[in-house]
Amino acid sequence: MSNVVSAPPAPARPRRQIVATPSQWLVWGAVIIFLIMLAGVIVSVLVNSFGSAWFNSWLPEAFTTKWYSTAWKEFSLGPVITVTLVVALSVIIISVLLGVPASYILARRQFPGKKILYGLFMLPVLMPPITYGIPLATTLYRVNLAETLPGVIAANLVPAVPFVIMTMTPFIEQINPSIESAARMCGAKTGSIFTRVLAPLLVPGILASAVLVLVRTVGMFELTYLTAGPDSTTLVVKLYYAMNSAGIRAQQSVDAMAVVYMVSMLVILVVALRFVNPTQLVARVRDETLD
Amino acid sequence: MTAVAVEAGPQASSLRHRLAERGVDSTLLLIAPATVFILLLFIYPFLYGLGLSFQPKEGGIGLGSYRRFFADAYEVGTIWKTMRLALPAAFFNVIASVPIAMKLRGRFRGKRLLSTMLVIPISLGTVLTAEGLLNFAGRAGWINRFLMAIHLVDRDHPLALVNNYWGVLFSLIITGVPFAFLLISSYLSGIDPSLEKAAAIMGADWRKRFSKIILPLLAPGLATTFMLTFVLAFSVFPSATLVGDPAGSTRVISLAAYQAYAEDFDYSSASAIAILMGLIELIVLALVMGWRSTLYRGSTGGKG
Amino acid sequence: MSTPRTAFESLRLEHIGRSFGGHQALVDLNLTIARGEFIALLGPSGCGKSTALNCLAGLLPLTTGQILIDGKRVDTLPPEKRGFGMVFQNYALFPHMSVAKNVSFGLQMQNVPKEELRARVAEAVAMVKLTDYAARLPGQLSGGQQQRVAIARAIVTAPRLVLMDEPLSNLDAKLRLDMRGEIRRIHQTLGLTTVYVTHDQEEALSMADRLVVLREGRVQQVGRPEELHSGPVNWHVADFMGYRNLLDLRAVQVRGNDVHLSGAGVELMGLAAQPVRAGDLVKVGVRPDDFKVVGPDAAGFDATVEVVEYHGRDFAIDARTAGGQVVHLLSEQALAPGSSIRVAASPSRVLVYQTDLEPAQEAAA
Repeated sequence: MSNVVSAPPAPARPRRQIVATPSQWLVWGAVIIFLIMLAGVIVSVLVNSFGSAWFNSWLPEAFTTKWYSTAWKEFSLGPVITVTLVVALSVIIISVLLGVPASYILARRQFPGKKILYGLFMLPVLMPPITYGIPLATTLYRVNLAETLPGVIAANLVPAVPFVIMTMTPFIEQINPSIESAARMCGAKTGSIFTRVLAPLLVPGILASAVLVLVRTVGMFELTYLTAGPDSTTLVVKLYYAMNSAGIRAQQSVDAMAVVYMVSMLVILVVALRFVNPTQLVARVRDETLD
Repeated sequence: MTAVAVEAGPQASSLRHRLAERGVDSTLLLIAPATVFILLLFIYPFLYGLGLSFQPKEGGIGLGSYRRFFADAYEVGTIWKTMRLALPAAFFNVIASVPIAMKLRGRFRGKRLLSTMLVIPISLGTVLTAEGLLNFAGRAGWINRFLMAIHLVDRDHPLALVNNYWGVLFSLIITGVPFAFLLISSYLSGIDPSLEKAAAIMGADWRKRFSKIILPLLAPGLATTFMLTFVLAFSVFPSATLVGDPAGSTRVISLAAYQAYAEDFDYSSASAIAILMGLIELIVLALVMGWRSTLYRGSTGGKG
Repeated sequence: MSTPRTAFESLRLEHIGRSFGGHQALVDLNLTIARGEFIALLGPSGCGKSTALNCLAGLLPLTTGQILIDGKRVDTLPPEKRGFGMVFQNYALFPHMSVAKNVSFGLQMQNVPKEELRARVAEAVAMVKLTDYAARLPGQLSGGQQQRVAIARAIVTAPRLVLMDEPLSNLDAKLRLDMRGEIRRIHQTLGLTTVYVTHDQEEALSMADRLVVLREGRVQQVGRPEELHSGPVNWHVADFMGYRNLLDLRAVQVRGNDVHLSGAGVELMGLAAQPVRAGDLVKVGVRPDDFKVVGPDAAGFDATVEVVEYHGRDFAIDARTAGGQVVHLLSEQALAPGSSIRVAASPSRVLVYQTDLEPAQEAAA
């Protein structure tokens, strides 16, 4: 298909060309430059984290793994990773429990005020996290939840619940509603319709949205930054603090932590891509949302 | 709803009937927990913040916090600085992604690998990208080293690519282009390829096919993509401090809000700036949506 | 499976009605269904036939009226307690269950013992000739096979009433004919009372014992296929029964039931199917096969051939009168487009109707 599109304007020339056209060179060139930039960003962190000393040369003078043990101790990565996992898992479970029933109603029912409600659910996704993060953090401080684990979880739930709704609503919509009617006609009560017919059909969708919430929560900086205390900091916020206090710590140990963060993100990503389409990682805002 | 269910008699049953006809019955309660949650953790704090923004630090009720923001050129300047970053970044991300997405349409070997590689920066996030950029594009980084090696840059005057405006812009592009690319690809896949074939048979060359068929059908998707990348770029925060110049050219509005909140403990000003930030973003989104509503938005003939 | 365990003597629908937020989708449907009957609800899309079926199933609550089985109300029961079976237009098979699991679902809901369940599922699957496919998932089956699974699933519980919602509309023409025979065969073998919704008059006429024609939520006519076919009560039913010519003419003279009709170059004698008066504007229904090409001297009216289509045994002709009226007719010989012909019809096959559809007027009032 792309060949047809990129065929040159001159109608006499054959459509399929062996030699790439200038426009193709341009596009591939841009892609390659982008990938080089990306590789540079990642590899330079990786190399630095293993370098013993690195001044004015292409590569460090020697390689070592000592920065990892330093980082592990200095940044207390063990507890930080535990907190990150606890926050992420709690956010996943609660957002699925809240979001899936809501998506079911939004997908299946027409009722007065539905559009307004849907808009309300989508608002946190469209707003910059700082905009609602500051009032939210202020509120959490007032009820003494800020700087606690429940507070961080609550803050991260604000964009997570809409995200579950955003991915689950189209998913439920594509399940034929007469399947539920058919189960009813076969004599199934609401309970068995849910456990025997709906639940097995919903599992792939729930898995996909759980994975997406995981990626977003582990990577969510602003909300955690605004609400976390010393004992409720996640990996990404810890990394930010470490970078901001550069000079106090060895740059290499900061990079070692960055690699730990990167590896955990990539593991999540590999798992994620088994279940979801890459586009879903970005957004699945239905067009009506923005009307 | 419960009140209706409890009442008995023909009156109640007919009201229940009429409500049921409009789709209101007890199963709607399934949506209640999520609604309560949003009201409690999003709407209430938002309104609380709004109220707070009208209670300036010096006491009383009024526009003091807003007045202080607009009276201080350093503060007002953050709006301009944010726009100067967010608008070019969003435009660049969308415009650069269109030709790439066009070329990479359809199936080819390695497409999955390529899209996985493109997704990596999205999942790495801005903090890690900033760390990488500091290493890679810093004064002693590989980019400058390479430019020096080929004698494009003087050894004593390496290019200043980070800790300034460009550093933040690069970080916005590295995280934003994949985002825009994936969205535009999915919109493109929704356009029925036979439309283009039909246009080709009617004698349209690739320019005409792009400008007359693809672009009009893609435009609403481009508008949505623009809005979403704009939201990302507009809320830039970690990269503005880490790879930018947080006291100068990249002191963006979210930074101003954060400083008022965490450094000055001026919750009223912090809320006021946050509210202004949301307002400015909504204005930009409304403009794009206004433009988008003038476009054709029906079926594009392909899979959803 | 041969006799429904909970068979009824009669099922009565009394004043059934359903509105959707002010819009009346179904108004005052009255019908008594006897055991073993095959009833077809017929009408164009949006006429309320699917609403009626869903109300009967219990999937939609009634706005007015009641449903009685042997004098006992069932409209207050939820669908799962009514003991009906249903075949859906888009099959609605459980995509994650095999054919056998789909069919056994209803029996499991009734806690039928394992041995009996297995035997009954096997019997139902054999009935729809899918024994070799019992272990497959619905996604691996063709449309026709999926529809058979849906039928097996609906009949395996020996329901006291089987509901079918346009079950053949998603199939291609040939398969549709095959399945029509299949459904009829199963109905005759099992004697299951059936209510069948369709917009295809041929399907309804060929399968049903009785037809109910609906329009805008109101019953137009109830009757046996031959009654509806030869004597539609109004022009809407006539339209549905294959009266392709519905001409707007004027009743020039009325003598008893004989009406002399004229207009736009058409001259006909017809039979009043509804009371009409001389001078009225009327709707005149004539089937294409009742129009005959006659000799130039015979009584009739003149027309010019415009379109000729070959239909296997005969030719479908569109001809236009000097007054601009197009008439559709069948002819055994090929006529050349442009040639002039004289057209006539036996007065007993020319049905004269009032232009207004009375029940629809009531709705407006």
